[in-house]
Amino acid sequence: MIEIDNVYKSFADLEVIKGVSLTVNKGEVVSIIGGSGSGKSTLLMCINGLEPIQKGSIRVDGTEVHAPGTDLNKLRQKIGIVFQQWNAFPHLTVLENVMLAPRKVLGKSKEEAEALAVKQLTHVGLGDKLKVFPSKLSGGQQQRMAIARALAMSPDYMLFDEATSALDPQLVGEVLDTMRLLAEEGMTMILVTHEIRFARDVSDRVAFFRNGLVHEIGSPDQVIGNPQKPETADFLKSVL
Amino acid sequence: MFETSLTSNDLLFLLKGAWVTLELTVGAMLIGTLAGVLFGLLRATLPRATLPLAWVLDVFRSVPLLIQFVLFNALKSIAGLDISAFAVGCIVLGVYAASFCTEIVRSGVLAVPANLRRAARSLGMSYWQDLRHIVLPIATRVAFPGWLNLVLSVMKDTALVMWIGIVELLRASQTIVTRIQEPLLVLCIAGLIYYVMSLVVARLGARLEKRWQEND
Repeated sequence: MIEIDNVYKSFADLEVIKGVSLTVNKGEVVSIIGGSGSGKSTLLMCINGLEPIQKGSIRVDGTEVHAPGTDLNKLRQKIGIVFQQWNAFPHLTVLENVMLAPRKVLGKSKEEAEALAVKQLTHVGLGDKLKVFPSKLSGGQQQRMAIARALAMSPDYMLFDEATSALDPQLVGEVLDTMRLLAEEGMTMILVTHEIRFARDVSDRVAFFRNGLVHEIGSPDQVIGNPQKPETADFLKSVL
Repeated sequence: MFETSLTSNDLLFLLKGAWVTLELTVGAMLIGTLAGVLFGLLRATLPRATLPLAWVLDVFRSVPLLIQFVLFNALKSIAGLDISAFAVGCIVLGVYAASFCTEIVRSGVLAVPANLRRAARSLGMSYWQDLRHIVLPIATRVAFPGWLNLVLSVMKDTALVMWIGIVELLRASQTIVTRIQEPLLVLCIAGLIYYVMSLVVARLGARLEKRWQEND
């Protein structure tokens, strides 16, 4: 369970999150939608401690993420994150990209890590690209590799930070299909996304962020299908 | 008909000089690279705290190498240090190379996108694992051409050690010039030897670079 409680986050003088509370239960898929600058991506970075927070608390399975004694390296093992810019390691093959963390962080043997990586890469449809370097892949393929890389750590949670925003339109579908597959398998996921239809399809709940706050939250049919607040309706009108 | 009093012994003498040049280059680059990698990493990760280090290195980067040789040699005598001229050559050239190598390494490390490092950390990798498996390999590819330039430049700068009494390639050729009075020929041969040595280094480097580029 991820419990976000009254979190504030600023970059220098700019306050981007102004008191967000949100609880994500095991097995739940929560989508966060909202305009740019509404603090939704920043929140994801705070959940696994890549960004510090100024106030409030974030607990993952009861562990206080931003407490001084927390072993973030350990915590991050169970929180996979997929970035907008897929961030493939350019000097490693696809297989090596996925094998690296299981080997170095989980201490798996070469054979174990390789078997694991092959399984995950096959899962996302890249079983024929193992020995290829990322530069030879399309954006969609690189993003699927990034998903496999995160999954190879057997995370309990997956965070997606606008995973399809940097892709060419014709490549978005293949990545969304991979994400849908994960959701159907019961992975706990938080999606920051601009793909409203997809969010409506796969999410258990949808949160609309505005000005660093949760402006409206509820079931997809409620928030996207029948928004209660005028700002939510306006936003949906502008992106749909 | 072309006539010369250059003997095969003279050629051998030149080649021996060239060997010393190579030894000096290797010694200086060993010192320069080890120190440069360490200092460059420090400069890239702790830019403020290591500012004094940057000032010191700036001195070695800015003062002509010849002055550094003469000063260090004099200092050695004053301090009564018992080290060979060859060691002096390696140390002075090594420090000089380190001052350049630091900047090369620093820019290489800074060229690694912050997002890649975040991705590595998000997988649970520690600071050091990120450094070892992500930052250093990528920075090496970025820094390598600059480092190779440094090797070639240091190889030619070794010529300056003749002022402290080491017989390397240039000093060897001058000795022969003094005796046979054919400066053009001898200097052409010495130049050719420098050229061939540089060419080999450059070609080896280019091959390595090409292999990396095929991947990236």
